[in-house]
Amino acid sequence: MKKVNVYVTLRESVLDPQGVAVKGGLEHLGFAGIESVRIGKVIELQVADETTEDMVKEMCEKLLVNTVIENYEIEMGVLA
Amino acid sequence: MKFAVIVFPGSNCDLDMYHAVKDVLGEEAEYVFHTETSLEGFDGVLLPGGFSYGDYLRCGSIAQFSPIMAEVKRFAEEGRPVLGVCNGFQVLVEAGLLPGVLMRNRDLKFMCKTVELVVENNETMFTSDYAAQETIRVPIAHGEGNYYCDEATLETLKAKGQIAFTYKENPNGSVENIAGITNEAGNVLGMMPHPERAVEALLGGEDGKRLFTSIVKWGARHVTYN
Repeated sequence: MKKVNVYVTLRESVLDPQGVAVKGGLEHLGFAGIESVRIGKVIELQVADETTEDMVKEMCEKLLVNTVIENYEIEMGVLA
Repeated sequence: MKFAVIVFPGSNCDLDMYHAVKDVLGEEAEYVFHTETSLEGFDGVLLPGGFSYGDYLRCGSIAQFSPIMAEVKRFAEEGRPVLGVCNGFQVLVEAGLLPGVLMRNRDLKFMCKTVELVVENNETMFTSDYAAQETIRVPIAHGEGNYYCDEATLETLKAKGQIAFTYKENPNGSVENIAGITNEAGNVLGMMPHPERAVEALLGGEDGKRLFTSIVKWGARHVTYN
């Protein structure tokens, strides 16, 4: 088995209201100098050793990511 | 006309949709479970609101792979009426039957209230019983109804008359106040507001009813019974 992380982030052109709300929260707590907050997600997969990055890419394009509003990065790793 | 009301795990407006078509309009309707693979014998497909598959990953993203969806796509490609309301709209965009995406509401809140819509295109099979630019009152109930698409898609939507309904006052941050759009062929409509909840005066209004009567009128002209 190996471990794959998929990092999903919002495209730059897309407004992230959740990030804006969290930024406001941080500012209320007194943290200054926050330029922006944008929230994404990490999808952790455990897959068979023969799984290729191209196969993960296909998973992203077909289901894991909505490419209309999201970007993604794949990190192919090993299980300790 | 015989309508299929698709039932996904987590659908919760399927009964309302069935009631609108069967009891209020007096048309035929049947529930079709997501595991089924045929829409043989049906003339229209209704995808109801709810939280299919718990809205996991993204709203509508997992429902698009339900066995019945391949058949819904075939049905849509044949030019027959497909209506997706609320979660049904989210399923249609995730399935690629409509462009764009529905994101979290601008104010992050679940909005549940009656809103005013403007009928932007009354020349579709879903809107022919409305007047052009007519204002109607229909309830919304969603947390993720913030319609987004890129500039090029938006231009196409406008140029081809695919924007069916807009909000008079934007409740959720949708681009161009979009509340409902059709595909280019005009036989697939997705909308966040719930016309099936506005079909009887007793329930607070009847403005949604004409959407269904429009479809039935279209059906009377185009559906051939064997």
